[in-house]
Amino acid sequence: MTVPTTPVAPAPASPPMSAPARRRFDPAVATAFGCIVALLLLGSLYSTRFLSPDYLLQQLQVGSFLALVATGLMVVVLLGQIDLSVPWIVTVGGMMATAAAGHGPLGAALAIPFGVLCGVAFGLFNGLGVAYLRVPSMIFTLGVDAVAQGLMVLKTGGSAPQDMATPLMRDLATGRALGPVPNAVWVWLLVGTATSFLLSRTTYGRAVYAVGNREAAAYLSGVRTRRVTLAAFALSGGLSALSGALLAGYSGKAYQGMGDGYLLPAIAAVVLGGTSILGGRGTYLGTTAGVILITLLQSILSVVQMPDAGRQVIYGAVILAMLLLYGRGAKIGA
Amino acid sequence: MNDLAFRLRDARATLSAVAVFVALFALYTLNHPAGFSANVVQTAANKGVLLAFVAVGQTFVVLTAGIDLSVGAVFILANCLASVVVTGSPGAVALGVAAVLGTGLACGLANGALVVYGRLQPIVATIASGAIYFGLALALRPEPGGDVDSTLADAVTGQLAFGVPASAVVLLAVMLLVWVPFRRSLIGRAVYAVGSAEASAYLSGLPIRRARLLAYASAGLFSAMGGLMLAFFTYSGEASASNASTYTLDSIAAIVIGGVSLFGGAGSAVGAVFGALIFRTINDLLFVFDLDPLWQPLFLGLVLLGAVSLGSARLLRLKNRLELFGS
Repeated sequence: MTVPTTPVAPAPASPPMSAPARRRFDPAVATAFGCIVALLLLGSLYSTRFLSPDYLLQQLQVGSFLALVATGLMVVVLLGQIDLSVPWIVTVGGMMATAAAGHGPLGAALAIPFGVLCGVAFGLFNGLGVAYLRVPSMIFTLGVDAVAQGLMVLKTGGSAPQDMATPLMRDLATGRALGPVPNAVWVWLLVGTATSFLLSRTTYGRAVYAVGNREAAAYLSGVRTRRVTLAAFALSGGLSALSGALLAGYSGKAYQGMGDGYLLPAIAAVVLGGTSILGGRGTYLGTTAGVILITLLQSILSVVQMPDAGRQVIYGAVILAMLLLYGRGAKIGA
Repeated sequence: MNDLAFRLRDARATLSAVAVFVALFALYTLNHPAGFSANVVQTAANKGVLLAFVAVGQTFVVLTAGIDLSVGAVFILANCLASVVVTGSPGAVALGVAAVLGTGLACGLANGALVVYGRLQPIVATIASGAIYFGLALALRPEPGGDVDSTLADAVTGQLAFGVPASAVVLLAVMLLVWVPFRRSLIGRAVYAVGSAEASAYLSGLPIRRARLLAYASAGLFSAMGGLMLAFFTYSGEASASNASTYTLDSIAAIVIGGVSLFGGAGSAVGAVFGALIFRTINDLLFVFDLDPLWQPLFLGLVLLGAVSLGSARLLRLKNRLELFGS
């Protein structure tokens, strides 16, 4: 046959790298890890303590609470959504876990699962609003945050209920059962490995990326996109609540506003790790790097006894600088 | 469709926000022990105007399909700066006011530059810049305090003839001076166009970069106006982190209640003003109905969820499942 077939379509503008090759090398993740090393070296100029294993393990322990929140948030962000209900779902996790602990030995045994379950319930509610009612996630999760706050204020208002953490919660958050590595870091490692597997090796993970790229296309390919979204928000709620339960163990008790400082650092960690806030792109390794980066930055700024004002300014400036380094979008018209 | 009908349909969300506000405010004053008196109106106006300014600022950015999470921080920065510079001789006070507004404008322009020239996602860029602005506020005012020229403050927060609240008049004047010309200008149309279809706006030759820059700059300017008003109400400045995040999040809630679409390109600042007033009136309603203040956050959350879920009624009219997913 001499008739030429249809001309070959021009190659897409994006580099023709195969998927596995791209997974092996992500410039954003590499830059994030580079920034971590740079931060550590910079810190070591101030004090050699910054390079000691003890300090680093302690940072990982403190960072594990942020890591749990960021893990759930990352899955939601991969869908192109956002979860602003993190602060009070963290508090729900802490408060409901400690509240369950007040109901005898059975309650104490079920404290953490109960707290997580409450978080999952709020997450499911988020998912229903976003996936089924199609309300923009930014406003719906904001409303759920207010409702969670309202319920917790009602629950604790006036009276002083049981709010002390159980021994198990304290142990998980502060103990070191296996070698020198804190238990909280083991929890992080476990959750992280599971999430990484979920995202890169399961149908669900593929569906998350597909929905994040183009939900209509995913739907036409047979993905039940609404259930995928529902599950992602439930996961985010559960992990936030787990973080809250551990946080209650870390500080000994649950209190109002305990989750306030976690939303913005978690978003920053996810984005600094190279996950696109528009969805569909990002790796779990990157989120890990982002969490370590944020934790180290906060720690170093507090160790060098920077006043709070300067700390905020440097914190914001460093995040902006790193975003400008590798988080920039495509040019208009390109 | 004739012109009037088209305009009415376009302004439906704004008009319903106005109607809801009038109904809620009537309910509020009817049940207030003091009734519909000048003092009740003045207090309500003063509380509502603060959020209204921040919400109008947020509206500009959301119209371009962006979001500004630093409005609360700029609001607080302006408040702290005002408590330092808006004092002394009349000339110094005037300069101080100009400095506060200029700072807000500069913060907004910086956000705009990050988004337009830095090509960063607005949500993360403004989280980071918000941290910087809040740090500056903290440096200016580590402890609450300061002083504000009381003559000007009393004039702006008091009552005019017939008990008209001065703060509402200030808001009205700013809206007439800024929003009306903006809505009729080319750049105003470009802001709407960028929000509804960026590629089409670009191909039509609209100044999309300038439109974005202007939107973020206006957000900074209006947030600073809100912060300045806060200083006039409290005669002092306070770098409160919780106030900053509350105002940021409330501004989003207020504009959504006021009918501004978070997807961009639809809504008006007038709607946002009434959204803010509705949000504040709901709060006040709880007090006149003697509900335990502990119920307040839950009630606000439920109202917010209910209000945004109302829009889901459109799902019942969809003929094709694919329309669920937008573009």
